[in-house]
Amino acid sequence: MSQMLSMTDVTVCYDNVEAVRNVSLSVDEGQIVTVIGPNGAGKTTLLMAAIGLLASRGSMVFRGNDIRKMSVEDRVERRLCLVPEKRELFSDMSVADNLLLGSYSLRDRSGVQRTLDEVYDRFPRLRERQRQAAGTLSGGERQMLALGRALMAKPALLMLDEPSLGLAPLIVREIFRTIASLRDLGVSILLVEQNARAALETADYGYVLETGEVVQSGPAKDLIHDPRLITAYLGGH
Amino acid sequence: MTSDIAAILAIDGIATGAVYALVAIGTVLIFTVTRVIFIPFGDIAAFTALTLAALDAKRFPGTGALVVVLACLATLIEIISLIRSGDIRLLPRALLFYLAIPLAVVGIAWLTMRMDPPLAVRLVLALMLITPIAPLLDRIVFRPIADGTVLLLLTVSVALHFALVGLGLLFFGPEGVRTEPLTSFSTEFAGVLISGQTMLIVIAALAFSGLLYLFFDFTLVGKSLRATAVNRTGSRLMGIRPARAGTIAYLLGSLMAGVSGILIAPVNTVFYDSGFLIGLKAFVGAIVGGMTSYPGAAIGAVGVGILESFASFQSSALKDVIVFSLLIPILIWRSLASLHSEEEIEE
Repeated sequence: MSQMLSMTDVTVCYDNVEAVRNVSLSVDEGQIVTVIGPNGAGKTTLLMAAIGLLASRGSMVFRGNDIRKMSVEDRVERRLCLVPEKRELFSDMSVADNLLLGSYSLRDRSGVQRTLDEVYDRFPRLRERQRQAAGTLSGGERQMLALGRALMAKPALLMLDEPSLGLAPLIVREIFRTIASLRDLGVSILLVEQNARAALETADYGYVLETGEVVQSGPAKDLIHDPRLITAYLGGH
Repeated sequence: MTSDIAAILAIDGIATGAVYALVAIGTVLIFTVTRVIFIPFGDIAAFTALTLAALDAKRFPGTGALVVVLACLATLIEIISLIRSGDIRLLPRALLFYLAIPLAVVGIAWLTMRMDPPLAVRLVLALMLITPIAPLLDRIVFRPIADGTVLLLLTVSVALHFALVGLGLLFFGPEGVRTEPLTSFSTEFAGVLISGQTMLIVIAALAFSGLLYLFFDFTLVGKSLRATAVNRTGSRLMGIRPARAGTIAYLLGSLMAGVSGILIAPVNTVFYDSGFLIGLKAFVGAIVGGMTSYPGAAIGAVGVGILESFASFQSSALKDVIVFSLLIPILIWRSLASLHSEEEIEE
């Protein structure tokens, strides 16, 4: 299994404050890797640095290319995609236009319609609402649109920031089912999530981030039974 | 005031407003995509009129030299920027877009001019010469400070306007120009004489607004510009480059300002510094639309044109005072309206 993303000793600063310190992690092809941790641990910052929205120190290699100094747009063209916590949808534009713009970075546009049909098949609700403005969708539908839009770019590695945030439990289950099914399509996933149990149940490998540093890592099936994690994050006693 | 005079003033106002509408739509386009309130848009319109007048007089316009100087400057800045970021592979592309194409445009205009071209060709040449100016200014002036505040960008935009006025005086001289009418056709409607030029202005404004609508709604590039305007971070995450979107917006905006300059030149005497008032009145129209709505900006600009027409009938000396006084109630109304919408957006 080849390595999709490798981050080594990555440090990210806001002004002079180190929000992420010497973090090393890797995602293999076809793997779901999750980063869990409390609020303010630096999870979102790590993803922002990985996509290039924040400057970082250390090494960042994606599919064999050093991407640390690349622009966000160059990373997206290399099929590294992020669904951010705030979704960042084009609220005034229709669902169909949002999805179409997801494919903007693709040079070969011959398969765009087929990918769009696949996204609609995966999220039939989006097909029903394709003419509706994205800003009028419910929270769950917005998350589906954000995921669908990212899939339109045919990502090799999809980074998801808190996909379950603010969603009803039923929708959360649907979103995690979708994430798990993406692995079958060959999409690698880096999942940042506060819902640690759902994340570890879906992922192959996990990292625990606390105050900007990786404090623990291992196969997800081991972490889910770790007594310290059960006490701290999984609601156990 | 009789109803006949009111009708004449209204038609005159609609025609002037249509010209402002083109500039206002361009202003909104640039602002939403780049956050720059591009004050020199009026100057671009005035320069187009002056360029056309120079071409009519069989003189090669100063615009050509301006484009060459700006192209060299922009290329130099781009090369330095690429060397600093280590993106040398993008050098040929930079040379093509910032140097070869603008120089080719000037070269084509210079060669074509020697063949004593007809009016239609001169119109195209004037637009060709004017269109690269704003994108080149964007590269030289605004892109290095693209992440600055709106206030900083506005301040630089005002400074750029004054610089362009100075360059206008240098390249075109202090004399005003009025180009020949594009048509001598006229017709009578409900007892009021309407000139073909007036009709042409309104038709051109409607046609360009329609084309812009089609561009935004039916092309991927148009949608990418709208996306950049709606959500800059979101569009970057789709691989849409804000700098490229900005260049396209400046190109389109310049084209619209250029068309408005061509339309206004036969009905108004245009001087090197006439652009400021055109731009400012279009800006008032754009503010009616909250600087974000194209139909709002167009309606606002037509309203400004009509108000100006009636104001100049009542008191020619105070017409600008009356038009700009309109800003005060509009800003109060907009500030109250935006307070409401912010409350509504909160989830």
